Amino acid sequence: MEMEQFYYDNKIVKKFIYATILFGVVGMLVGLTLAVMYLFPNITDGISWLSYGRLRPLHTNAVIFAFVGNAFFAGMYYSMQRLLKARMFSDFLSNLHFWGWQLIIVAAAITLPLGYTSSKEYAELEWPIDIAIALIWVVMGINMIGTMLRRRERHLYVAIWFYLATFVTVAVLHIFNNIEIPVSALKSYSVYAGVQDALVQWWYGHNAVAFFLTTPFLGLMYYFVPKIANRPIYSYRLSIIHFWSLIFIYIWAGPHHLLYSALPNWAQNLGVAFSVMLIAPSWGGMINGLLTLRGAWDKVREEPVLKFFVVAITGYGMATLKDQCYLLKM
Amino acid sequence: MSVIYLLISVSIFVAICFFIAFIVAVKSGQYDDDYTPSVRMLFDDETKITSQNNNSPIEEKQV
Repeated sequence: MEMEQFYYDNKIVKKFIYATILFGVVGMLVGLTLAVMYLFPNITDGISWLSYGRLRPLHTNAVIFAFVGNAFFAGMYYSMQRLLKARMFSDFLSNLHFWGWQLIIVAAAITLPLGYTSSKEYAELEWPIDIAIALIWVVMGINMIGTMLRRRERHLYVAIWFYLATFVTVAVLHIFNNIEIPVSALKSYSVYAGVQDALVQWWYGHNAVAFFLTTPFLGLMYYFVPKIANRPIYSYRLSIIHFWSLIFIYIWAGPHHLLYSALPNWAQNLGVAFSVMLIAPSWGGMINGLLTLRGAWDKVREEPVLKFFVVAITGYGMATLKDQCYLLKM
Repeated sequence: MSVIYLLISVSIFVAICFFIAFIVAVKSGQYDDDYTPSVRMLFDDETKITSQNNNSPIEEKQV
């Protein structure tokens, strides 16, 4: 056996981390501004681009897609190379992904305050930016799958599956929710109308939370919690069941955002039924993460990564339980 | 509610793709061992360059 030497690309990880910090500060400052506006509603009167209605989508987009997005990309580029024992497929694609994504964020930060919006929650950006998002997302996907094909490790660790599901599902959701007819360079109308539009929107909206905020970070949890605690995940078998059950159930839960609406009752109930089932994989994953720390809770005292993860996993467990209570028709 | 046909077919299509990926993964033996991968991911063969402690295999040979 010959020793093979190769280098991981840590520069791309650093770039995404700096972007995360920058947009975390920016996104939350906008959020703080909005919070102040609850106390002093007239504080930005007369300045249209600082009005509440334009800042709110800027805040949500900045925090979700700029802050959380960049954080996930940083963690993914770090863990994926190490789990697959391979450098990323293409440095050019990595950098294209990074700069493309930051340009999209800048475009959002300009167009949203100027009032260009498709008025779909979490999908407010207008059609040229939607196309850019789709292209850059596919760039990331090619880079991800290329790295998987070139891996030096036979087994695909569960975190990789979570990243893969994130890529595939967000691409599908983004494309189908943003099918729109442009009327000018920065204005378009959705091809769906009325309750149909609402159903597509919440099929997207619910699963954007599922596959942009949840599955990527569960993947990161399955890498960083065992790694930092320096002990294997509580049950690897449970993590496999967690992944496959989560992705097969999650996509059907969207209609619970439209309870008591014009959506047919059976569709509402179907959405609720799938949502109730979701508690099993959600809590399975939460328990798996927390039990990994059994006998290693002393490490939580010293490792900031573990401190954050313990809070995050506990919060995830509480939030999913809360969802179960909210989505029942009572 | 014609959009429901679109949503259900798209969702089913994605689900079928993942189901095929699942079957392929099981058939190719990805899940035959459901313990070792969780331990193996803890080990990195990285060359760690630190001033006090040299873990590099090349350095060890020279000692």
